[in-house]
Parts: sequence; C-alpha cells; structure tokens
Amino acid sequence: MTTTIPHSGGAVDLDGVASPLGVSGPSRTDPRGRTLWRAVFRQPLAALSIGYLLLVVLAAITADYLAPYDPSDVDLNQILSGPTAGHWLGTDSLGRDVLSRLMFGGRLSMAHAAIAVATFLLIGVSWGLIAGFFGGWANRVFTWLIDVIIAIPALVVLLVVLSVFDGDMTIAMVALGILAAPGFARVVRGVTLGVREELYVSAARVFGIPNRHIVVKHILPRVAGPILVHASLFAGGALLIDAGLAYLGFGPQPPTPTWGGMIIEASAVVSRQPWLLVPPGVTLGLATLALALLGDAIRDAGAERTGRAPARGSRPGPSGSMRSSTASRPARAQATDALLSVRDVSISLSLDGRQVQVVAGVDLDIRAGETVGLVGESGCGKSVLGSAILGLLPAAGKVTSGSIVYDGIDLASSGPRTMQGLRGSGIALIAQDPIAGLDPVYTAGQQVDELVRRHQGGSRKAVRARSLDLLNDVRLPDPIGVAGRYPHELSGGMAQRVAIAMALAGEPSLLIADEPTTALDVTVQSEILQLLRRLQRDRGMAIMLITHDWGVVAEMCQRAHVMYAGHIVESCSASEMFDHPSHPYTLGLLGSMPRRSLPGRPLPAIPGVVPTPGSWPGGCHFAPRCDFAMPECTEAPIPMLDAGAGHGVRCIRYEDIRGSSR
Amino acid sequence: MMRLVARRLIISVALVLFISLLTFVLQTLAPGDVARTILGCGGQTASCPEQQYQALRHELGLDQPLMVQYWQWLSQALTGDLGVSPVSGLDVSSAILSRLPVTASLVLLGTAATALVGVSVGVLSAVRGGRLGRVVDVLSLLGFALPNFWLALVFMALFSVTLGLLPATGYVPIDVSPRDWALSLILPVGTLMLAGMAGFAKQTRDSMLESLSQEYVRFLRANGASELSIVFRHALRNAAIPVVTMVGMLFVGLFSGALFIESVFALPGMGRLAVQATLGHDLPIVQGVVVVFTLIVVATNLVVDLVYGWLNPKVRVT
Repeated sequence: MTTTIPHSGGAVDLDGVASPLGVSGPSRTDPRGRTLWRAVFRQPLAALSIGYLLLVVLAAITADYLAPYDPSDVDLNQILSGPTAGHWLGTDSLGRDVLSRLMFGGRLSMAHAAIAVATFLLIGVSWGLIAGFFGGWANRVFTWLIDVIIAIPALVVLLVVLSVFDGDMTIAMVALGILAAPGFARVVRGVTLGVREELYVSAARVFGIPNRHIVVKHILPRVAGPILVHASLFAGGALLIDAGLAYLGFGPQPPTPTWGGMIIEASAVVSRQPWLLVPPGVTLGLATLALALLGDAIRDAGAERTGRAPARGSRPGPSGSMRSSTASRPARAQATDALLSVRDVSISLSLDGRQVQVVAGVDLDIRAGETVGLVGESGCGKSVLGSAILGLLPAAGKVTSGSIVYDGIDLASSGPRTMQGLRGSGIALIAQDPIAGLDPVYTAGQQVDELVRRHQGGSRKAVRARSLDLLNDVRLPDPIGVAGRYPHELSGGMAQRVAIAMALAGEPSLLIADEPTTALDVTVQSEILQLLRRLQRDRGMAIMLITHDWGVVAEMCQRAHVMYAGHIVESCSASEMFDHPSHPYTLGLLGSMPRRSLPGRPLPAIPGVVPTPGSWPGGCHFAPRCDFAMPECTEAPIPMLDAGAGHGVRCIRYEDIRGSSR
Repeated sequence: MMRLVARRLIISVALVLFISLLTFVLQTLAPGDVARTILGCGGQTASCPEQQYQALRHELGLDQPLMVQYWQWLSQALTGDLGVSPVSGLDVSSAILSRLPVTASLVLLGTAATALVGVSVGVLSAVRGGRLGRVVDVLSLLGFALPNFWLALVFMALFSVTLGLLPATGYVPIDVSPRDWALSLILPVGTLMLAGMAGFAKQTRDSMLESLSQEYVRFLRANGASELSIVFRHALRNAAIPVVTMVGMLFVGLFSGALFIESVFALPGMGRLAVQATLGHDLPIVQGVVVVFTLIVVATNLVVDLVYGWLNPKVRVT
C-alpha cells in the first residue's frame, strides 16, 4: 500500500498521490478492464471498502425514507443522550438524532467531493492527453504551467475563493479540483507519451486513423488504471477538505447537517458529551480510509496484472542467516594446505515463497596464493556459493548442509559476529558492476578511507596516506585526483580499481572476484586481470574467480571448477580442463567459445536452457541437454568420479567423451 | 546545480506574480466590492448612497483600471508594505508579522517532531522489519484518513478536558513564559506529529529499503564495513535525498494544517487570521496571507533544492 499523503485534515498534499503506478494500466488484451475489477474484488480489504462506500452512499440517498427522525427535529427533553435504543448514535445539544443527521449530512459532503472529483478528472485527463499526445510546444508549455501550479498553496487560495464568492462551496470545490489536477495531468501525460511511442499507435497514426479514435481506443484504456487510483485517493482528500472547511465555518450554515458541521457542533459540547465527536469523525475517517484502500487495491491489481507487483517483504538481511542443519554427511578429508575448504555444501534460497535448493553438495578447495576459477552459465549457483562463503546469503537463504572451513573455522555454522570479523580482513569481494558497487554520495577516497579505518585504524592522516598507497597499488594514474572524485565521475575501469583498493584495505588472504571484468570494455578487462595477477603475486593472496569467460580462466587460473545447475560437474587444473575436457557440459561450453569455433561454421551452442532451481531432473542435471545421455544417466544421481591426476568429473561416460574430444 | 536553482528562481517569481494577480482578478469577479462592504451595503438588498460610494471608490483607487491597481499594490508590496485593510483598518503587513511567530513555532516544531520521529521509526522498521513495518502501514493510513482537526479535538477532550493535564486552548508567547509556551504547544504540535509521523516513517522506510538493496551495500558489507556504518553512514545518507524533499513538502503542508489546528486550539496565528479575514470578507488581509504563504512555499522549495544538491553529488556538479 503506497498512500503517500503525509498528513491529513486540510493539509492534504494536492499534488500528492505520487503514484509509482507510472504507466501501468489495463493491458491491451482487455480494453474494458473487467479483469482489473475482478482483481480488485479479490482483495478482501478492497471489497470491504467498496461495501462501506456503497453503504454510506445508499444511506445518504435513502435518508428521506430510512432516517429514523427528521434531522432538524429538536427535542429538548433528550439532549446529549449518548447512544440509546431510541437514538442509536445518541442526540446532540439540541436533542436532534445523530444518526439521522449523519445520513442527511452525507449528501452534501459527498456531493461536494463529487464536484471536486469531476473537475479534477475533466481537467487532469484532457490536459494530460493533449500534452502527451501532441507533444512539442503543448508539452513544454504544460510542463512550465505545472511547475507553477503545483507550487500553489491550494488551501489558502481556496480561502480567497471562499472570501470572494461568499462561502460558495460549489465554486470552492471546482477550484479545489482545478488546483489538484496538474499533478494528476502529469501522470496521464506520462502514460500517453509512452503509449504514443508504441508501434501499433504510431502505425495507426501513419494509416491516418483519426486522433479521436486513437485516444478513445488505445490511450484511454491504458490510463484507466491510474485515473481510478488518483480519483479514489483524491476523493478521500476532497471529503477531508470539505469537512475541514465546514469546520472552519464555511459552507452550509446550521441547521443544515454536514459531517464537518457536526464535528464543530460536537466540539462546542466536548466537555459534556465527548461521544458526539465519534460518529461524524469515524464515519468520515472510514470513508476516506476506504477510498485510500480502494486506490491502493486498484494500483496493486494493475501492477499484478502487468507483472510488476511491488516487491514486498524481500529484504536483504543484514548478515544473512548462515545456520546450517548440521545433519550433514561426515566431511571428507580436508586438503591439509587448503585456505578454504568447501565440503558437501548445499544451499537453499526462498524463491516465490518456497525454499528451493540452488547449490547441491559442492566440494571445493582453494590453497593460499592460488587462483581458482568457477565457471558456468548464469543461474548455476556460482554467485550464491560466493555469497555463502562471505556469509551474505539473502535473508531467507541458508546453508542446509556441509561445511565451509576457512582458516580452521567452519563458516557455515558460525554466527554473524565471526563472519563480520572475517569479511574484508580474511575474505574480501570485488563484484561485477564497479560503479554500482560504490556509494554514490561519497568520494572514492572517503570510501577507501572507511575500510582502511575499519581494518587498520589510525589517525585521519595515516588512514588517508594508506588509502593513497592502496590507490597507487592498483595502478591508478592519479591517486590524489581519483580520491577526490565521486563514483559517477569515474570510468568503469577506474571504479573497478577503486573497488579492488577497497577490497585490499583489510589485507585479505582470499579475494572472491565475482565476474570482475564482465561489465568492462575488452581493453580494460585485460588491464584489470593483469592487475589482479600482479597483486596476487605480490601479496600471496588467493582468488576465487567466478566467471563464464574461458579466456579469463586461461589467463588467470591454476584450477577450474565447472558448475551446472547447483552441481560442480568437473574440477581439475586449468590446463587439464582445456586439454582433456571430460564432461559434456564443459565440452559444450568450450565449444561455444567464439575463438574456438571454425571459420565458416555456425557457432555451436548447447541446446536448451539451464533448468531453474526446484525443477532439476532426478539423475544427472545435464542429461536433458546432453548428446551423450543414456538411460542410466537419468536413473540415479551421478557421483563425482575420479578421472585420475586430480581430475574429478560428474559423468559416467567421461571416458567416451574424452575420446570424442580428441 | 546553478541551472536548477536558476530555473526554480524563475518559476518562483512567476508563481508569486501569478498568485497575487490571481487574487486581484478574483476580486473583480466578486459580487459587490470593498467600498460597498465598508459602507455596509454589500448585500443585494441595501442600496448605497451613490455619491458617498463613488467618493469612497475613488479614495480607495477602485475606479482605476485593474492593472493600475495591481501595479500600485505590487510596487508597495516590494517594499514590504502590503497596504491597509479598508475593512478592518488593520495594517496588513504588521497584522501578519505579529501572527507569524505563533504559526512559525507551531509549524517548525511540528515539522521537526514529525521528521525526527518519522525518520527514526522508518529506519528502525527498515532494519528490523516485520511487525513494526505493518504497524507503520496501518498508522500511516489512519494518519491520512482521520482529519487532523478531529484528531486535535479528540486529544483535547482526552488530555485537557478529561485528564486536565494540558491547557485546552490559548497561546503564551515564549518571552512571557517559556514553560507555558511549551505547554500551550504540546497538544497542537503533538497532533500534527501523530497525524503525519507514520506516513513519513513509511516513506523513510521505503527509501531505506531501496538503499539497503543497492549493490554498494552488499559490496561494503562483503569487505567488512560495520553494520552501523552501513545503515547510518551509507543507507540513511542515500535515503536522505528523497527524505529531504518529503521534509519540504511536510513543512509546506503543515502551514495548511495550521489553518485547522490554530482554529481548534485558538492559537492566534496566521492561519486563524486568514480564516477570520475570509469569514469577514476582509480580502486585503486574505491576499496578504496568500502572498506571504506563497513566499514561504517558494523559499522552502529553494532550500530543498539547495540541500538536495548538497546531499547529491550528481546534481551538485551539473
């Protein structure tokens, strides 16, 4: 729910209702928006709101017949009675029946709101359509006018109107509609501009279909959603303003009942019968609330149908829960010289509300100073594994089994505090998009400083000196100059160097590089790789390189692991991987490298797509896409097989495949 | 940044001229005129002694063309003189100035309280989430739906009439008694705060969640930045950029809210002056309030732009 009006009473922000709805509306396939209403009605709160609004409207219409008393019937024997059997909502200071006055009072209040809404719609829609449809100077004039009118303090202008026109509420409500319309017109214009640019509308224009027809047939259905949302929210605001003005003494004078008037009557006797405040306030409040809820429901329904439901409740957890169910199989012997040893790790994430396994039984060792590649298409679980090592899985993600031992500590079962202590100083990260990875509001220097201060402390001067050293180490040509720049002033390559400097601030012994060059230009890519190699040599730092680029593996890695659909399917030294690929997936990946393809032949590609987590096949995960698959491949999970010389492969036909690749 | 401010300045001048002209034009549409009102024959039935009426019109300059009248008013207004109301005999500028401290106290305190509580609750619910988030959702809807003058009356009934803790109405200037000044403002400011707080918190939370999901948060966290620094130094600082715009809107909105709150608690502020002048057909006063009000809106928008530029380096350099 996104009601954005920050305060109530007359202080309604008239531009307000800043709708994130943007350009959504009924889709093309459904010009009359019937399913929109169905989607709205499916939401219980919305149905309740509609019910309440209908009740209030009906009560006002049928007041002549159904109201128990005449709203002006004075009964001085029964004043300020409070709720009784004869007067369900009590009587006021003249003994008049509160329920009857409420029913009659709703007529004027709602009529006034209706006048305001009608004006609001008429002006907002026509203005927005004209500016959006004709563009050009109409659009420019419109933008300027909107900027001026939106800044008008609406309520005081209403006072002028009331003062000039002697408290005429009809004119005041028309004025309110006019003053509120520009913000709404802006939304309509936005949608119209968008629709106008779409092919089928351009085509219709080219074919000479009259504008009127285009507007009615194509544009109006698309803006219907935003129109309903805004009309609903504005109607609530108009009701409040009408009541507020009545409270201030404008509009119909006593004894004519209005909701606002009843509040002022109640306030006069508040010390004797505070109850009287309740019926008009609650009736009015509920009506406004219902309109706001309805607006939200229409917005949500529109978003839902266009597949852009507002993301809710999915928040990145501050430290990602890392607790594993330790009912794991006994860890296999850890390679004694491994810096990081991942054993039989399975990870599940929450996707669409279900816990889904995305990494299954991964084994992986990284020795000090070594570069290990983790290769695969996107969606294979590479980055999730990286996040798990850093203890940064999303809130609902967890390591369900296995161990991640770093420097003698099992990260999979240690708490957030341990992880916090290790990040940066033990294990650090550089990521794919360096510019998005830097905080836009601080300079590069300030961001390096923060991590240096965090990991090493020291005086402001010492920290800055160390930061400049780091920026120098990553071969930035002008460290002092770069330190003073903001991220948006850096090129991608420079930003990645700054990010590397930040990652080095804690002198980590393992760097997780998650697609560190994917977002960069080719020339910059090789510079960054060269830098990483040099840093690694100088610092003896291990690198876990997540990539889908074999060129990067060839250039950087001693060992490589190929991941497919949550499994590691092949692990061996990088040179062995290129010389004797033994898993059909590795073979396919290598084959689809442009530089390996044969001139004049189409670039080979692996047919099909990576299965989504949760829909992995029972046996070998790759079997459905595999040219070598046999019935056995789909019967049972395929274990990692030892192909000799430290070469592991998860394929029962690896010998045939090796033969075929020669 | 300079271009942004220049554009805003041009729009601001246009706005002030537009609004003041609008009030002038509206006057000519009014049935009857000031001269009739002063002579007590503003209604349809009473007829005015023609000679007296014409003389008064001439004296007030009402027989001049509208543009001439406007020009005279404008050139005076530029020196800070908004004229004298022929209806009540008040000097418009000094009438407004004497009411300004009351409204300023109310609105400034109201904005500060709302923003402070709203931001704190918003940050807390962004970091903690869960139940607090849902409470904020519900409260922000209620804050929108319940009219603030009604809320004010309910609080008055509760805290002043029933419990007798606080004065129900009236205002004590701060130089008379700071304590009574504070007591007289608790309920009005509290009402404004409670009405707006949750909506503010909700927007702060959305803004915070947006920044917390950014890539740089993950990157900083992965490289060991502390949680405190991530929430306050980074996420809140980035979330503050939209929040500043919200504070500006809140501030301007509370001036409108003051119209009602001042009436409920009988505070002698600008809002109450405007309402009374409107009820008494005292157009020059209403016009003066509208102009001052517009100036406040314009100044607020400028300040928001400047703070925005200061917070957002991308805007600052362009």
